[in-house]
Amino acid sequence: MAKVLMKGNEATGRAAIQAGCTFFAGYPITPQNEVPEYLSRELPLAGGTFVQAESEVAAINMLYGAGGAGARCMTSSSSPGIALKQEGIGYCVFGEIPCVINSVSRGGPALGTIQPSQQDYNQATRGGANGDYHIPVLAPATIQEAVDAVKEAFEIADFYRTPVMVLQDGLIGQMMEPVDFDVPVKKREIPPKSEWALGYGNGKAHIIEGIVIDAPYCEKKNLRFFEEKYKVIEENEVKYEEYMMDDAEYAFVAYGSTSRICKTAIKVLREKGIKIGLIRPQTLWPFPKKPFENKNIKLFIDVEMNMGQMVPDVALACNDKNKVKFFGRCGGMIPSPEEVIEAAEKIIGGAE
Amino acid sequence: MGKTFKISCSGFGGQGVMALGKLLVYAGMDEGKEVSWVPSYGPEMRGGTANCSVIVSDEPIASPVVDSNIGVNVVMNLPSFQKFVPKTAKDGVVFVNSSIIDEKVDIPGVKAYYIPVNDIANELGNPRMVNIIMLGAIVEALKIVEVESIFKEGGAFEHVFGAGKAKLIPANKVAMEKGAEAARKFM
Repeated sequence: MAKVLMKGNEATGRAAIQAGCTFFAGYPITPQNEVPEYLSRELPLAGGTFVQAESEVAAINMLYGAGGAGARCMTSSSSPGIALKQEGIGYCVFGEIPCVINSVSRGGPALGTIQPSQQDYNQATRGGANGDYHIPVLAPATIQEAVDAVKEAFEIADFYRTPVMVLQDGLIGQMMEPVDFDVPVKKREIPPKSEWALGYGNGKAHIIEGIVIDAPYCEKKNLRFFEEKYKVIEENEVKYEEYMMDDAEYAFVAYGSTSRICKTAIKVLREKGIKIGLIRPQTLWPFPKKPFENKNIKLFIDVEMNMGQMVPDVALACNDKNKVKFFGRCGGMIPSPEEVIEAAEKIIGGAE
Repeated sequence: MGKTFKISCSGFGGQGVMALGKLLVYAGMDEGKEVSWVPSYGPEMRGGTANCSVIVSDEPIASPVVDSNIGVNVVMNLPSFQKFVPKTAKDGVVFVNSSIIDEKVDIPGVKAYYIPVNDIANELGNPRMVNIIMLGAIVEALKIVEVESIFKEGGAFEHVFGAGKAKLIPANKVAMEKGAEAARKFM
């Protein structure tokens, strides 16, 4: 199919339908409103169910039910709305409910601003629910990647029986770019949901559990998650891009919109003779470690639209916190390429 | 090395600056170019300012935001002139709605086109065509896209305004040509 021009949010909605999503519940919030707007119109036409829930909390718990009954399901929100969903995400983790959470970040904390931000890196990768857990977090940088990430998120969710988050920001949500909906994504062998989903027991108990009372059992379940899910996900689902890294002595580390600004900055910095490239995590959990084993890199310059939330992950990955520097804007401010160039020159100048 | 147009369109709500940008990206995409369109969004009031970042390029687009080093700066009202003209790139071009902006661009190396779009639109009897007239001037001066890509069947115009509005194409073609004519005075 030819490319079509679409807003990121609408493309996200269309990708969900294409991926076989049959249930969406959400509550309006800028800058992701075009997702529910699109799905409210299009999902019923595709035979699915759209619910405008009474709150973000209700929406995530509707996923607990719909996903528990075997439906491919999604919710979408932005920063403060995702904050409200945290408890429900924890329940979906423990109940092993496959579901997709689309998060379109804006400036925070609290209601904050409606402009793009990446201040929810920790919220996405560490989570706000209680207990030991991880959820895969996909971080697209273009609308094409957002579409592919949404489709892949459903696959990962079903394969590992886990919530999966697609972490976007207001810029990707609001902008328009050409996108091809026929780009194939990796398909996984997904066991039939009738093996575990509610309503398919035929006399055998299918239980979605949130409370287990028995501590040894609870520990065993935790250990199983780490052994059978998280370890396998870390082995198989890491995704990243290396851009102009072949001869690089310095590396920007950035994801989502900020990575694009870094690419513009790299062009200018290279013209000035600075050998700099970009390591772009496309999954934030599992975090890519391999590209940071590159011993030619003198400094990793982390650029984010936050105050440096990814820095600890970069420091752990390269195993040398002295090599990790940071530049960022926050609160809904987008750094300009010129600011990034200036910051990089200052950091590199200070090192030489 | 390919060409990249980094365009900012700004004005007040109702002048059609968002649509102007969309026409450029649809036409550019149709011609096989890389394109992106980013709207400003925020708690703007009715009648307040609106702007969009547009990139039409022969190369993959890195940052889609055009808020500094603006290559093609289209300003449709005075607040936009004051806010965006200082952000023009050293070798940039500014398109000024001279019907309602008296200021002149005074940046060495920056070329300005003063297009009285409101006056031309009034002469044509349709004050809503200001954005199309400006588009005509931009396309004539810089050849970012072909006029044909905008008006052909299934082209940019039909994408942006809907196929039902195709009957308005002849009048809009005239508006584009009037804008082009105004631009030629500065070429």
